[in-house]
Amino acid sequence: MSVSPLSLFLTFAKIGLFTFGGGYAMIPLIQREAAEKKGWVTQEDLLDVVAIAESTPGPIAINAATFIGRKTAGVPGAVCATLGVVLPSFAIITALSFALQAFSGLKPVQYAFFGIRAGVMALILRALWTLFRACDRNAFTFALMAAAFILVCVLKLSSILVIVICAVLGIVRAQTRKVKT
Amino acid sequence: MIFFELFLTFFRIGAFTFGGGYAMLPLVQEEVLGHGWMAAEDIVDFIAVSESTPGPFAVNMATYVGMVTAGFGGAACATLGVVLPSFLVILIVAKFYERFRKSELVSGAMSGLRPCVAGLIAAALVSLGRSVLFPAGFLFDARFFVSAGVFILIALLAFRKVHPILLILLSAAIGIAAGYLLGL
Repeated sequence: MSVSPLSLFLTFAKIGLFTFGGGYAMIPLIQREAAEKKGWVTQEDLLDVVAIAESTPGPIAINAATFIGRKTAGVPGAVCATLGVVLPSFAIITALSFALQAFSGLKPVQYAFFGIRAGVMALILRALWTLFRACDRNAFTFALMAAAFILVCVLKLSSILVIVICAVLGIVRAQTRKVKT
Repeated sequence: MIFFELFLTFFRIGAFTFGGGYAMLPLVQEEVLGHGWMAAEDIVDFIAVSESTPGPFAVNMATYVGMVTAGFGGAACATLGVVLPSFLVILIVAKFYERFRKSELVSGAMSGLRPCVAGLIAAALVSLGRSVLFPAGFLFDARFFVSAGVFILIALLAFRKVHPILLILLSAAIGIAAGYLLGL
């Protein structure tokens, strides 16, 4: 199947422009645009995309765009789809950064952000709860959660170091369990 | 050189973020504060902006930090940096994704990464929460009680699945009202 890189670019620009909140919010839109309307990928492909996006680094939106672009139109397709999904945010934030800097000194804006900051903490807490519920419930996961928290929050270790340690522990545990059974 | 520093920093953030949404917050917070590019309050403010504008959090954040520190060139470098790791990894994985999907190494690593990311976000929440609730030491003044009240109210609504953009607007309205009424 050969899909024109330009139409990949346009479709993913549309997806990037209409997804608020990023990440998983983008999956239904990709499903409608890339699977149902264009038929570039099947529903099963899309499940694969989500599974792969979850276990590779980087934002899910980028992973999905690169994957679908690569699959339908090779490396040029991957480049165009990824550019497409990034460009709307890039343009909007660039323009908005001028406005943010211009208005941030105004009293009502400062009051608004004073309220917003506490609200954002609540949103992060909500996201954390979703993530927590998606984890397995066993001693291993609870121990890793607690260890990651303490190592970074109390002992001020680098997050990247903790991420690498946890990935290695996960692999070691999977391998030793395999040996036992 | 600032452009290269931005590119490299966001490349690192992109390469070590697993999972969507706030998964990259701990790394962004650590790197951006570490470099002194933005204050903790500015990061929190921008999370609200990012929630209310289209596009992935990672891309929005990279563009904004780049723009604030080094203008348009900085925004381009930071965004390229955050995108490139996923782009390259997917190009490689797409070739043999059947094997990747069934790999025990990958599923093992993920079983460690998922709880790790939850712990890291909790740590980021505590450290950002401290600078939001107590910007000038442990003062229990009017600002603290307004912030705590907003936090509890918005948390209750968020758990009832009210849309984030509505919640941000509501917190802004309360902030403005409390600001003028209490003369904060």
